[in-house]
Amino acid sequence: MTTYLPIADQPSELHDPHTFISKYVWSQDHKVIAIQYGSTAVFVGLIALVLSGLMRLQLGYPNTFAFIDPSNYLQFVTMHGMIMVIYLLTALFLGGFGNYLIPLQIGARDMVFPYLNMLSYWFYLLSVLILLASFFVHGGPTGAGWTLYPPQAILRGTPGADMGIILMLASLAVFIIAFTMGGLNYVTTVLQARTHGMTMMRMPLSVWGIFVATILGLFAFPALFVSAVMMTFDNLIGTSFFMPAVQSLGQNVAHTGGSPVLFQHLFWFFGHPEVYIVALPAFGLVSDVLSTHARKNIFGYRMMVWAIVAIGALSFVVWAHHMYVSGMNPYFGFFFAFTTLIIAVPTAIKVYNWVLTLWQGNIRMTVPMMFAMGFIFTFIHGGLTGIFLGNVTIDLPLSDTYFVVAHFHMVMGVSPIMVLFASIYHWFPKMSGKMFNVTLGKIHFWATFLGTYAIYLPMHYLGILGVPRRYYAIGTTSFIPDSAMALNANITQAALFVGVMQLVFIINIIWSLVKGKPAGHNPWEATSLEWQTPDTPPHHGNWGEKLPVVYRWAYEYAVPGAKDDFVPQNIPPEEVVMLPGAGKYVNRSEEH
Amino acid sequence: MNLFRILSEKPWIGTPLTAEGLAVEVSQAPVMAPEKIALRFFLGVVGVLFGLFSIAYFIRMRVGDWRPMPEPGTLWFNTLLLFMASIVLQWTHHRLKHGREDGIKAALTAGAVLTLAFVYGQFAVWQQLRAAGYYIASNPANSFFYVLTGIHALHILGGLWVWTRAGIRVWSGTSPDKISLSVELCAVYWHFLLLVWLVLFALLSYT
Repeated sequence: MTTYLPIADQPSELHDPHTFISKYVWSQDHKVIAIQYGSTAVFVGLIALVLSGLMRLQLGYPNTFAFIDPSNYLQFVTMHGMIMVIYLLTALFLGGFGNYLIPLQIGARDMVFPYLNMLSYWFYLLSVLILLASFFVHGGPTGAGWTLYPPQAILRGTPGADMGIILMLASLAVFIIAFTMGGLNYVTTVLQARTHGMTMMRMPLSVWGIFVATILGLFAFPALFVSAVMMTFDNLIGTSFFMPAVQSLGQNVAHTGGSPVLFQHLFWFFGHPEVYIVALPAFGLVSDVLSTHARKNIFGYRMMVWAIVAIGALSFVVWAHHMYVSGMNPYFGFFFAFTTLIIAVPTAIKVYNWVLTLWQGNIRMTVPMMFAMGFIFTFIHGGLTGIFLGNVTIDLPLSDTYFVVAHFHMVMGVSPIMVLFASIYHWFPKMSGKMFNVTLGKIHFWATFLGTYAIYLPMHYLGILGVPRRYYAIGTTSFIPDSAMALNANITQAALFVGVMQLVFIINIIWSLVKGKPAGHNPWEATSLEWQTPDTPPHHGNWGEKLPVVYRWAYEYAVPGAKDDFVPQNIPPEEVVMLPGAGKYVNRSEEH
Repeated sequence: MNLFRILSEKPWIGTPLTAEGLAVEVSQAPVMAPEKIALRFFLGVVGVLFGLFSIAYFIRMRVGDWRPMPEPGTLWFNTLLLFMASIVLQWTHHRLKHGREDGIKAALTAGAVLTLAFVYGQFAVWQQLRAAGYYIASNPANSFFYVLTGIHALHILGGLWVWTRAGIRVWSGTSPDKISLSVELCAVYWHFLLLVWLVLFALLSYT
């Protein structure tokens, strides 16, 4: 019978890599893998951003750009959606921040399976390359919409029906394998590799958000895998899992009896948890940024954790609210509207707690803090329209309009992006050891924040007017006034402006990597463990000789009587420096 | 499950100090190999995968064009092979757990051979069905049969890869107790895939 030491007690067996290749390419260090994941995700994200710019050019100035035909337009829509949701947001939050922060914030030297972690990144890169390859094959990438609904996804006449759809499905399958390898790592590391004193409830909320989102991903992505496999068979071998008997281009297809609604159920059984796979890490990261820069403990820590867990559980029973117009049984709609509105309760708890964390805080208006507060605005905005759309009767007329586009871009486009920027600015000094340029950061914030409002606020009005989404060109209709066309042009101008202003961010990052001032080891005076590493940026193995020991939670800000307004997690109580006459620092339990 | 106890901890109250001035030891979850935790989650993922296939199977079955297909008797024989493989793996694990290393090489080989025989048996069933005119695309019942058995066999082969790697280490001179954990994980995985197969078999027969 073998006995196991807790990972925190095991002797460090890390071999420092010496060659460039083993250090930066085939690296098993979680920090390098995180940066590989992050930069790949940002790179594909920029491609998706350009695609959205092309879409907006067509919508704002129809009949102007000869190189955008209806097929191209649908391909841009599809690739923009798929890249943003899966290859950017999921990969950057979990592969990027998950990899970087989990071991550092729980006081581990690395992930528990470093080799699997490396493999996860290379599979992810492979999935990205397969996806991008579809731009260069005959017929181009698929234009089936990011939801890939059959039957049109694989019928002749849909753009990319030759190779595009096959590459898309293959890429998704590879991505899911990559995610599963990474996900098993994140979950096991959180459960097994915490350092001494780091209980589950002392973990920073970032780790909680990433942890629960990873569990969601592990159990939701199989649904996408199942639907991708069955659709591939329908496409290549001629089975009829999803394909009904239909006429295509004047001819009967060889399929009979398949169920497109079955695909929709499977897709959204993945697709809705996917929203929270993106949102929960964002909730966690933004909580830590808000608390640190407001110099206050996060309001209602336990409630925040419970809300993350509750949202995670509920997210598996709301999927059919994406399908109110699919012709499913109306009683189903009633059930799913009910669960959808219930999920607003834990979500609202989180929003109130963020606001209450700010209340009477000693707020430092740093760049990450500005993005974090911007997130609160955009998330409330997108969340409220979600309550509209969660109701069947309101969703039916709005479902196919720009109202939905505005809603989901506010809630799961702009909001997570705000958190991503907040987090990148917040942890950049730790990752690089350099401070970014604050002025450029503030310009980037105001351009992004105001610019995205200029894009999406008017879209709600377009939606209420009844302007349909997914259309290449609206043409002239009686119910769409000319002013809507003018508004569309304005939205395009705002979108192009926001797109170009992201260059400020890229320039700032590159410039700061080269010329930035040294940031010091803890520029934000934060309490959590990643800011207490002996080296900045942390070396391989993170902690030098000895692992840190944790004495308290990660939110000990503004402690009465303490000299500094923050007490890091790993400072023993007797070493906390107090103001003269303030007495001795005590663990708060002893006051009871 | 002590989930509720974990979630009701009040982290803002520091734990009382011990004589050494250290926080009371409050850190670790049950001490077990991290590989075991990862395997549990992985079994959950595989379970969800086959569960969703099964739900799709039931929904698709209700459409009128479903024509049941026969289950060749070979499947019973294959089931027996997988069952025996599972027993051999469990036996190997039991031996290693009690520090007995005789017969390990034979057991490793037997486990691999029985498993390969199962996979080959499934392939033989495919050939029989094709010879009898039951092609994958001719009916949804056939499609599900080929897809479900195929994906199940792929999972078996994935496990066999780990099993073989452990075997190679023994042959190249590693002490058998070094592969104890691999063997244990494989045994659990095989039992799980046997269970999945039994459920799938029942499902495929229920047409």
